[in-house]
Amino acid sequence: MVRLAELSEGQRRNAENLPCPTFETQPWVKGPPLSKRRVAIVSTAGLHGRDDRPFTRSAGDFYRIIPSTINAGDLVMSHVSPNFDRSGFQQDWNVVFPIDLLKDFAQAGTIGSVADFHYSFMGADDPMRWEQQARFVADLLKKDKVNAVLLVPV
Amino acid sequence: MLAHFFEGAGLATTQISLIRLHTEKIKPPRALWVPFELGHPLGMPGAPLFQKKVLLAALKLLEAAEGPILADFAEEAPVSSAPPAVLACPVNIRIEATDGATETEKLCAAFKSEIMSLRPWYDMAVKKRGRTTVGVSQLAPAAMGDFICSFVEGNVAENPRQDISLADELRFTVEDLKAYYFEAVTAQPGMKVSSARPLLSWFWRDTIGGKTLLAVGEVCAKSADESLQPIGRGLIASAATVSPRH
Repeated sequence: MVRLAELSEGQRRNAENLPCPTFETQPWVKGPPLSKRRVAIVSTAGLHGRDDRPFTRSAGDFYRIIPSTINAGDLVMSHVSPNFDRSGFQQDWNVVFPIDLLKDFAQAGTIGSVADFHYSFMGADDPMRWEQQARFVADLLKKDKVNAVLLVPV
Repeated sequence: MLAHFFEGAGLATTQISLIRLHTEKIKPPRALWVPFELGHPLGMPGAPLFQKKVLLAALKLLEAAEGPILADFAEEAPVSSAPPAVLACPVNIRIEATDGATETEKLCAAFKSEIMSLRPWYDMAVKKRGRTTVGVSQLAPAAMGDFICSFVEGNVAENPRQDISLADELRFTVEDLKAYYFEAVTAQPGMKVSSARPLLSWFWRDTIGGKTLLAVGEVCAKSADESLQPIGRGLIASAATVSPRH
């Protein structure tokens, strides 16, 4: 799973009826081979540091910054929804935030390096509201010399 | 959608997709659909080799010559060869008949005992994993019990935090409480769980914590405070997804 047929009826109905935007343009950015990529994670799981403010859908409050040096014990999730299972994240943070895996890939030379900073948005929101903040985060990522973003849903 | 915004700003993206239908409609530049449970974008916990296969497949899409590209990750998440876990509460607390106590008082007393009795298992879980996901509410386990019971007992719950609303603090406390129970029970020998279903069945059917949250749900659903009503409806709906034990 997840195949739509395997979801509960309520979840399936929600998934089928969720409005999805379409875009007139389809930007496509080319880049170097994978071994030269500096990769950042951008999650929509509502992740943040233990001491950070939780996500509360306050106006204008869209993302949190996660340093690459964060310890597993300091990353928590304030995306509250009955629609997804948290037990994977509870047992192993890489199920949702694959930072250890990326660091292993960087060490092995599979990717160039791992960004200094990663970001999390909170998925239970209308992502069309995120455009301005997403462009701002894109600028921050570029200052971190990131040239590949890994988007991870929950 | 984030992919569109980032790519428009000059950053290449690749992503994991959990619901293929949405990705087909939105058409992000590069996406890898995975056949895993919602909440498990990289597959099952504690399976780094499998998770790396998923991650590498998503990253490899960055080298595609043109797009949009929506690839399928064909492998299912590995399933444990052990028989499905039948979770048993590591503690056995009963709602005691106490002279003069109301049903609510008996429920809350048993709930608080259950929380305390789970503590050694929770502490072991933290030691074993070196981390916990409990903590967004910033309440210690015993304080979670007190806060939740104040709703069940019909008292005007005092918000222990000044920086977020009472409703948000209740939502985070409920999630912290479930995480506390789940982390404790999965620390038992042989209780590695790769899916939410056995955990949810155990919690809602077999624990006093589940019964207490259902009681909170009923109180909140009828509350005059509109910010609490959706929390109440959500708790009742969550409990209802688990069929009662026959």
